[in-house]
Amino acid sequence: MTGTVSRETILRSGFSLDHFDVIVVGGGHAGTEAAAAAARYGARTALITISKDSIGAMSCNPAIGGLGKGHLVREIDALGGLMALAADRGGIQFRVLNRSKGPAVRGPRAQADRKLYRQAVQALLSGEPNLTIIDGLVDDLLLDLDRKRITGVRLSDGREFTTGAVVLTTGTFLNGLVHIGPVTFPAGRMGEPPSGGLSRTLASLEFPLGRLKTGTPPRLDGRTIDWASLESQLGDDPPEPFSALTERIETPQIACGITWTTDAGHEVIRNRIGEAPIYSGQIDGRGPRYCPSIEDKVVRFGDRTRHQIFLEPEGLDDDTVYPNGISSSMPEDVQRAFVATIPGLEKTRIIRPGYAIEYDYVDPRSLEPSLETKRVQGLFFAGQINGTTGYEEAGAQGLVAGLNAARRASGADFITIHRTEAYIGVMIDDLVTQGVTEPYRMFTSRSEYRLSLRSDNADERLTQKGVDWGLVRGERLDRFALRHQELARARYLLKTLQLSPSEAVQKGLKVNQDGIRRSAFDLLSYPDQTLANLARIWPELTQISPSLVDRLENDARYAVYLDRQKRDIATYQRDESLFIPADLDYAHLSGLSAELRLKLEAVRPRTIGQAGRIEGITPAALTLLAARARKRGSASPARTQD
Amino acid sequence: MTRKDQDSLDTIFAPATAPGRAGVSIIRISGAGTKTAFQEMAGIVPPARQAVLRILKDRDGAPIDQALCLYFEGPDSFTGEDVAEFHIHGSPAVVSACLNCLSSFSGFRIAEPGEFARCAFENGKLDLSEVEGLADLIEAETEIQRRQALRQLQGGLTRESDRWRDELIRALALFDAELDFSDEADVDRAVFSAAREILSALAKDMRDALLKASWGERIRDGFVVLLAGPPNSGKSTLLNALASRDVAIVSDQPGTTRDLIEVRLDLKGLPVLLIDSAGIRESADEIETEGIRRTLDQLNRADLVLWLQSSVHEIVGPTPEIIGSGCRIIEIVTQVDRAHGTSRGDLSISAKTGLGMDRLVDLISTQIMTNFERGAESVLLTRARHRLAVEESLDFIDRALAAGHGTGVELIAEEIRLAARAIGKITGNVSVDDVLDRLFSSFCIGK
Repeated sequence: MTGTVSRETILRSGFSLDHFDVIVVGGGHAGTEAAAAAARYGARTALITISKDSIGAMSCNPAIGGLGKGHLVREIDALGGLMALAADRGGIQFRVLNRSKGPAVRGPRAQADRKLYRQAVQALLSGEPNLTIIDGLVDDLLLDLDRKRITGVRLSDGREFTTGAVVLTTGTFLNGLVHIGPVTFPAGRMGEPPSGGLSRTLASLEFPLGRLKTGTPPRLDGRTIDWASLESQLGDDPPEPFSALTERIETPQIACGITWTTDAGHEVIRNRIGEAPIYSGQIDGRGPRYCPSIEDKVVRFGDRTRHQIFLEPEGLDDDTVYPNGISSSMPEDVQRAFVATIPGLEKTRIIRPGYAIEYDYVDPRSLEPSLETKRVQGLFFAGQINGTTGYEEAGAQGLVAGLNAARRASGADFITIHRTEAYIGVMIDDLVTQGVTEPYRMFTSRSEYRLSLRSDNADERLTQKGVDWGLVRGERLDRFALRHQELARARYLLKTLQLSPSEAVQKGLKVNQDGIRRSAFDLLSYPDQTLANLARIWPELTQISPSLVDRLENDARYAVYLDRQKRDIATYQRDESLFIPADLDYAHLSGLSAELRLKLEAVRPRTIGQAGRIEGITPAALTLLAARARKRGSASPARTQD
Repeated sequence: MTRKDQDSLDTIFAPATAPGRAGVSIIRISGAGTKTAFQEMAGIVPPARQAVLRILKDRDGAPIDQALCLYFEGPDSFTGEDVAEFHIHGSPAVVSACLNCLSSFSGFRIAEPGEFARCAFENGKLDLSEVEGLADLIEAETEIQRRQALRQLQGGLTRESDRWRDELIRALALFDAELDFSDEADVDRAVFSAAREILSALAKDMRDALLKASWGERIRDGFVVLLAGPPNSGKSTLLNALASRDVAIVSDQPGTTRDLIEVRLDLKGLPVLLIDSAGIRESADEIETEGIRRTLDQLNRADLVLWLQSSVHEIVGPTPEIIGSGCRIIEIVTQVDRAHGTSRGDLSISAKTGLGMDRLVDLISTQIMTNFERGAESVLLTRARHRLAVEESLDFIDRALAAGHGTGVELIAEEIRLAARAIGKITGNVSVDDVLDRLFSSFCIGK
């Protein structure tokens, strides 16, 4: 490791114009976060994309956030990423989902104006001085002689750029195949060429490839929808921004429409179900169960007489409407006939039919938690290529991959975000440990520390790390430091203001007469207790900034559960500090079943903790592994830099 | 990070020797609470590494066994933490009594398989060459565990636990659907009543199973041996001889023992609850009739019946009720010092002269051991772990059921998740995918 030489010295040591510290391939949500993170870290970064104009495009649902996903957006923001800021600028309807439920499971969500969102991402990127954006199709990776290390990329027009770190974020572009009824054609997104050269290169490197499927609904002409006959849904007022840097939402807000499918529509689909690519055997890839196409819903849930549809305008000055809930790859005429059976859409014109797309992904178990591939040093993957779905999942991986690529270039240690710290950590650990069998999407139920990883405390969980890792500075740091101080002061106040049970009764509070003095914080954990209410007893509590009230109340609400979780977290950390040698020979480890041996060889867990999360692992097998594990800093060091 | 860094972490304990009958069993304890437990159970802590002979006592002060006790001060111990070893008599009952007592200390739990060795690695107590040697040992342990697990599969508790796991996943899926897909329509809103139904039924089943297994009870109350026989067959005399003290009034008048007298005994290290009963005969005396009825009631509790008949009276054999109870019966001819030449039944004894008493004690303990092994399949460690896992799971289910109307769904889901995780100690991990599988097959989810 090269700790004594400064990052800048290494990163800027006079290379040619064709050399970059980090090259990011792809300008989607993973690519833009990766490029921004690498550039912010100080790496000379290039973002190579097929079309500069498409940078930041929302190719599917025009929305950011949601349940589980909203957490990711806040975490990206806490680490200085783009997504939250872009959504705040492009958002045209903000709603916190699960508002009636506990704060830990609330998910901020916004529908976005596609154009405004894209423009916001592009504007944010153009503010990164270390970033160069290059138009081009990356057709091949350049490797050293024994094909163990990345040395650059080659474009389809023959240009070559050299680098020691490449982040590949190719989305659905690897061997993409679009299906509309019986019609199929190769493509990335509609109208964009797929990238077959890269697929071949990855296959030649023997990355285990799999096939997944995703779908999108037909797009509707909003001018031909009978809005007046439909139920409408408004956003929150006032809208709650995603980013800690956004004071308030300035973009005008709109309503969206709600309608339902009908029996007549289901009949249309049932009559032609033989032509559905997912049922005709035409599609091999596995689709997400949580995002079924309308034909899937009709077949699998035949007893339901209707399914809900949200009609989401794609922009303020865009007539395109995204009918959320009826993704389909039926033949175009079936889609047309089906849409006409939906109340309010009888006369609606379809601008573009829905379709399914199959694409290659790389088994994410071939990645380290840094998102660097195990096979090729300096090659990182992020986003859909790793088998995930969703902008937020892609963006979060992009940020981690971009940062680690930049750290690879500067000789710094990789960073890892743990399951105990963030949904980002849960996701990456799930991917590299479990692999995927369907497109991976974030859910709050994936996190065993759901009660401590809230969307409202993402900054407290991560921003200090962002500072330490070289991602956060400037205004974000100043604001964070200020809020941190305010929170500390408020917590101190809440814990030091105390009263006895008899005093509490005098103030009209119901507590057990057990002689135990209770702090304002203790009292705040009681159901239905509020800070405003306690401020009537202790007027000094009114000093607490209104922006912190929710968070403090949430802290108190979960306090007793979080204490219980501390022991879990301690056990987790213990297991994560036991490192399994990277070159452990599982074939000669007696006492393992053949099935477990295969799984362990595929994942090559870095720690006992990670090994314990592999599906089907037994306590006996863990014992065997524990016998080989060493603590960091003792016998063999952790694998970071070579 | 090592266990030592975290005071909050558990003190672990487990038998260090194989389960089953043996001359000696060793219970090993490791962790910050070791010294406290040593003091409470075995008295003043001796200098490190110096063996002392002590009476181990449970937390009520009742003796468990005489034991050779050793204390090792961390880091100079096998695990690198404070360690104690109790070398006790190798009977499953004594081992269980000892484990039960240890588990009652706050922060104590049974060690996971291989956890002592793991502590030792973590604390740098074993080097690589020692590790190589130990791998063979661990593998042997694994084979035993595999066989044990197979046996457990044939037991009721384990058969049930798979179903419990499924039920918990079903309940968790209801809540997680409500939490993760509430915006995506088609999620049934009646999750609370549906989940409550599942959980209530589950809690009842678990409680029943714990009761049926009644393992804990046996350990606490001892193995039940019922003394029965005609009046004046010498039941109370034998009880007194076994207990070596006068707990029952012994006289020659028929029907003296009209109530039941229980005495706890330590028979070769096994906890035995000896019950003296009223003599069984047709009686006009109301009080005595009541005594006989109670005796017959006790048959349900009994693990073993000693059917006593005096050599000076006519030999009649056990009554149909006793034979019909299915209990194991040892037929004993008593008072052989008062008659001559009788040799019926399994054994002839004289409590007065001590004739045959040693053989009787042997016979009783052999019968108990056979029964113990049949009931518990000699897998105390896993059985104890399973019971504790079920109890832990039940505790979380009860919390979930007790949650008031205002409790957040996410908090109830947390309890169920922990309940599922506790059951997972028997069945293996409950992963998110299990829950999602259940969820997606039940609800139409997705926009």
